[in-house]
Amino acid sequence: MSAAEDVVAEGHQAVEAVPKRAMTLGTGTSLLVLAVLLLVPVFVKNFIIFQMTMLLIYGVAVLALNILTGGSGQFSLGQSAFYAVGAYVSAVLMEHFNVNYALTIPVSAVVCFGFGFLFGKPALRLSGVYLALATFALATAMPQLLKLNFLEHWTGGVQGLVVTKPDAPFGLPMSQDMWLYYFTLAVTLAIYIFSVNLLRSRSGRAFMAIRDNEIAASAMGVDVALYKTLAFGVSAAITGIAGSLGAIAVQFVAPDSYTITLAISLFLGMVVGGVGWLPGSIVGAAFIIFVPNIAESISKGMSGVVFGVLLFLVIYLVPQGARQAASKLR
Amino acid sequence: MLSGSNSPLLFIRDVSVVFGGIVALNGVSFDMHKGQILGLIGPNGAGKTTLFNCLSRLYQPSSGDILMEGASILTRPPHRIAEIGIGRTFQNVALFPNLSVMDNVRVGTHARTSSDIISDSLRLAWIRRSETDVNKKVHEILAYLDLEEVAHTVVSGLPFGTQKRVELARALAADPKILLLDEPAGGLNHEEVYVLGDLIRRIRDERHMTVLLVEHHMGLVMSIADHVVALNFGKKLAEGTPAQVQADPDVIKAYLGSKDQ
Repeated sequence: MSAAEDVVAEGHQAVEAVPKRAMTLGTGTSLLVLAVLLLVPVFVKNFIIFQMTMLLIYGVAVLALNILTGGSGQFSLGQSAFYAVGAYVSAVLMEHFNVNYALTIPVSAVVCFGFGFLFGKPALRLSGVYLALATFALATAMPQLLKLNFLEHWTGGVQGLVVTKPDAPFGLPMSQDMWLYYFTLAVTLAIYIFSVNLLRSRSGRAFMAIRDNEIAASAMGVDVALYKTLAFGVSAAITGIAGSLGAIAVQFVAPDSYTITLAISLFLGMVVGGVGWLPGSIVGAAFIIFVPNIAESISKGMSGVVFGVLLFLVIYLVPQGARQAASKLR
Repeated sequence: MLSGSNSPLLFIRDVSVVFGGIVALNGVSFDMHKGQILGLIGPNGAGKTTLFNCLSRLYQPSSGDILMEGASILTRPPHRIAEIGIGRTFQNVALFPNLSVMDNVRVGTHARTSSDIISDSLRLAWIRRSETDVNKKVHEILAYLDLEEVAHTVVSGLPFGTQKRVELARALAADPKILLLDEPAGGLNHEEVYVLGDLIRRIRDERHMTVLLVEHHMGLVMSIADHVVALNFGKKLAEGTPAQVQADPDVIKAYLGSKDQ
């Protein structure tokens, strides 16, 4: 019992580490980052552009987890399930119903919001490591659910679905990769702005009040159950959008792309980026995309070990993640 | 100021709370009238905090009823207590430690405002207007309680006395009709207690609130309360003016020990 409580307490501390004031970047830094994100694709090869697209997509997924954990204080190791649902909604709509790729994204968001909200209901009874376990179960179940026989006609079963990559519209003279990058960037920026607005609003304060003290939040009139499930819904909706974008960028969905490994990567990304610090999401995403490659380039046979050592170094040197590194630079 | 003949603001009748086999409250009844400062006293385990938690709906009485302005509060979930005008502070300070003073007080306005996640995300015009009103109100309260200097400080780093004031500010932000104060003097030094007593009286007079004060500090209760209810072992032992309760032989035996504690 006490061991479990220790873990819960430690986890809680990680959540509490970031005060709300340090949630965003200053205006100057934000504009600089935006300029880099806008200009770099003009100068690099398509493969790099594709990687940058994936960086944004994972950044969105990490940000979604950040709203849930950093905002409302709830853990999730099940984000891969919401990502999968988003990806499949887009793939099925595009390939079976010829829906425009851009229109599938709001549909994903709505479907995943509902899924996350409903999942959040039973999860209300759980907190800390127990909630992490419940979401872990969800992540484990999802690939198998996607392989179900009676869904095979729509999902393609184990084989998955191939997704058509969209061309740039209005005859714009840019490659598919570049167009998709800018499309993803626009969606990412919108989500970032909406998320910052949300966390700074009455609803966001309710999330953080619950994270810090549920009984006091309730005494102030905050409907704890409602806001906890809303946080799950919002997080799932944003993760679903990331899943949709991912399906379009990768041009393929299959059950085994969305295993627990993805969920753990996103969790890792959140911790490396700094729990509760939204700009850190992109740093965390960069870590989970590029560090495994770097590890492999250092030692092919021992890449897992090298990754582990690099991760350990990050946790040891900057336990609060990129946020801490950024504040040291200032 | 006291309106004794009118119907009470808060009406507590035969409230009993049983935990397992232990009777924490046993048929406690008293009324609170508008504008009163009612002191609830008693030694540890007398049932003061249990009664408090019934009022904020954290505990469900096993029998009896609590009426606020004539309507029972016992069917309300805990988060729907603030909206009917019952605000509270906590014994050991229950602030939101990672939020700034201002955000803590802003959460206090939750029951008096409305929003939804879509409008909040898009920062629609009506949300911006509502936030402007909230900020105005919060600044007024911070100024009232002399907290403006620390408005943007994260509360966990503030001294205990200041945190207690922040908690009071958060409670005031919900415009309560009844303010429940759970041992507000706990952990304060002699001078701070004196200032606090003055402040509670000012809040009652200037902000037209009714105050239920649970307190160990007899000096504070006896100096500011209009009416005192004494509990022991979950039962009401005495009720009356501070002088009456202080003179009650049972009370002296049970609680006060010596007169000038």
